[in-house]
Amino acid sequence: MQLTRRDAAAALAALGSGGAVALGARQWQRDSEDPEEADLASDGAVRDAMVAVAEVVYPSEVEGIGEFVEGFLAGRLDREGHGDGLRRAVANLDELGRAWYDDPVAELPPADRDALLRETGADGVDEAPDGSAAERIRYYVVNDLLLALYASPTGGELVGIENPQGHPGGLESYQRGPNG
Amino acid sequence: MSETSTTAGGSGSAADDVDRSPVSGADVCVVGAGPAGSLVADRLAARGHEVVVLDAGPQFDDSERIERMERAIRPAYDRPDVWDGGGERDAYASTGEQFYPLNQARSKGVGGSTLHWQGMVMRLHEDDFNSGSARGVGPDWPMDYADLRPYYAEAETELGVAGADDNPFAPPREEPYPMPAFPPSYSDSLFAEACEEAEIAMHSVPNARNSESYDGRSQCVGYGTCQPVCPSGAKYDATVHADRAAERGATVVDRAPVQRLDHGPDRIEAAIYATPDGEEHRQEASAFVIAAGGVETPRLLLLSDSEHYPDGLANSSGAVGRYFMDHLFAGAGGVLDEPTRQNHVGFMTSESHQFYDDADEGVGPFKLEFLNYAGPSPVEQALTGDDWGDELLGRLQESYGTNVAVGGLVEQLPRSESYVGLDPDRTDDHGNPVPDVHWSIGDRARRTIERANEVQHEILDALGAEITWTVGPDATGPAYHHMGTTRMGTDPAESVVDASLRTHDLENCWIASSSVFPTGGALNPTLTIAALALKTADHVDESL
Ligand SMILES: Cc1cc2nc3c(=O)[nH]c(=O)nc-3n(C[C@H](O)[C@H](O)[C@H](O)COP(=O)(O)OP(=O)(O)OC[C@H]3O[C@@H](n4cnc5c(N)ncnc54)[C@H](O)[C@@H]3O)c2cc1C
Ligand code: SF4
Repeated sequence: MQLTRRDAAAALAALGSGGAVALGARQWQRDSEDPEEADLASDGAVRDAMVAVAEVVYPSEVEGIGEFVEGFLAGRLDREGHGDGLRRAVANLDELGRAWYDDPVAELPPADRDALLRETGADGVDEAPDGSAAERIRYYVVNDLLLALYASPTGGELVGIENPQGHPGGLESYQRGPNG
Repeated sequence: MSETSTTAGGSGSAADDVDRSPVSGADVCVVGAGPAGSLVADRLAARGHEVVVLDAGPQFDDSERIERMERAIRPAYDRPDVWDGGGERDAYASTGEQFYPLNQARSKGVGGSTLHWQGMVMRLHEDDFNSGSARGVGPDWPMDYADLRPYYAEAETELGVAGADDNPFAPPREEPYPMPAFPPSYSDSLFAEACEEAEIAMHSVPNARNSESYDGRSQCVGYGTCQPVCPSGAKYDATVHADRAAERGATVVDRAPVQRLDHGPDRIEAAIYATPDGEEHRQEASAFVIAAGGVETPRLLLLSDSEHYPDGLANSSGAVGRYFMDHLFAGAGGVLDEPTRQNHVGFMTSESHQFYDDADEGVGPFKLEFLNYAGPSPVEQALTGDDWGDELLGRLQESYGTNVAVGGLVEQLPRSESYVGLDPDRTDDHGNPVPDVHWSIGDRARRTIERANEVQHEILDALGAEITWTVGPDATGPAYHHMGTTRMGTDPAESVVDASLRTHDLENCWIASSSVFPTGGALNPTLTIAALALKTADHVDESL
């Protein structure tokens, strides 16, 4: 199933862009010049990592992941508090990728990405924004991605609900029967 | 929902530079900016009085509602986190037979618990005002449905209620609802066939939620997270009236918890309130309206004891804090072998009051609700579990789609052994003893739950559902409606306020809250709270 601009916009709306972010307008800088921010991944590294993880945690039938992730990510990075949490979680994940697989998550083949995520413990923990590395990877990386997908119309439709919670899908869908 | 410049406060840090000093020459001081306090303030400000509203919680920023919605969906947050509740400010004890989760059951801030509420709003039935004479149990109210009827109509206009005159069991009404009812859901249409077979009448739910744009607020857009937060403002909350009161010249002070009420034998002189900078202030006024909710209202009176009122202010009767009641949940649910289309919206569209007026001494009134959000919400479910990818999708597909449920609310009688008191062993962030909610259920309520379960099973059987869960008397919980703790009555030896909502003891103190309900009925209380608040405003206005 194809994720569309509408889905990215929906994810943006559901996750709160702060209103300031235009879809797709961001420059994805890859290097951070600031040594103070060594434990914070750059925009570009966050983007690459999030797309790579999405390819693992999204169902295989989902297409258009790159554009979708970029579409909602800008709002997440700009949100006070959340942006740094996300950068830190990606920096942690990439660091573990380099230590265990010699590469950041974005450069690993999908099977290794899946294994890396599970080895961090992110699959077995509950999300926690101020928790351990595993809990933060779960919160900012895995669950941010899952929330964006399953609160969007296409993500909802995969499950059978075209107006999932978090999506302002109007007043028609709840009245509609399964055959339209 | 609009931002107003005359509203003092903000949800920022403790060191904000908002002026929270007292207003001189105030006619009315209102304690609490939930629907009761905000409606009183709005009414009295409209009539030209100088009004000050003090609320313990913050003035929330509307632009943060999307983030609060995310907290509502994500497992990392508990319900009280959504509106920054809990912690030392909201510490409490629960010492009764039945645990009472107080901080799930309220929110503090401008808007009060309606920030969090579901927004179902019904008028009580006529017999609810005469429980003693009509049903043989509990006291009668010192007023009838007819006395409240014009105020109910006004309250429906103020809140913005979407409803239809299709409930054959509801009390008589003259005016149509301000907005048309929300059309029934697809799942209601499945229930309709089963209910026809079981000879149970379904009808629409009156909702304080915009079925079309109303009062400058948008139509419902279907976010589906109504309880605990509506990002669009389509669900009514009391910021509507707090903001309007401010526009009309009232001063709304946030983060200003009232610590005690300074008084002589016959009058309140001042509300002593704390501010985030650690200071205490004294707000004087000619009249005081206590609207701090059904738990904090009696607590504030108990905290304000004195040589004149050694057992708590306005408590010559000993009834302050006593007779704490809630509505109890009864429900059952299951699965069908076909799609039921749940969780598109976060509110209900159909209910039944058919059994309500069968109530007598043995079995109380109850209403039935047909859920539009039975079973798991896929997006919430997606964020838990150790699977992802195709495996997760498979799990979501399997658990979503075929659930159905019938809920219901049941009346609890007022009993003196259920009460809100003070816990001598624990204090809040200002050093005041915390409220102790001492709650138990009672035999009539248990029987009523059983009766509701019987009907619910009958409906689910007619629907052909496989019943997978039942909430009966042992699993029941509260609906978060705090009633009875400053009961209304004609006899000052038995009750706290009279039919004009003024305390028997003090000539310038009124109470606007479900705490004045002598009995609770089995319908969500806030429309009745709003009607009583409008009546309170009339009486305060007359006195000024
Ligand atoms: C989850 C949930 C769902 C609900 N659903 C429904 C529903 O569908 N229908 C319905 O009718 N009702 C519902 N309710 C109940 C409804 O929210 C309340 O009946 C209503 O908000 C009560 O209004 P109030 O103004 O009396 O008190 P509240 O709304 O509780 O407001 C009291 C205010 O007083 C303030 N306060 C407390 N102590 C002090 C103090 N010492 N000094 C200053 N301020 C103080 C608080 O900060 C608060 O803002 C629901 C409640 C909850 C929690
Ligand atoms: S379903 Fe309607 S009322 Fe509920 S949160 Fe969404 S917009 Fe608000």
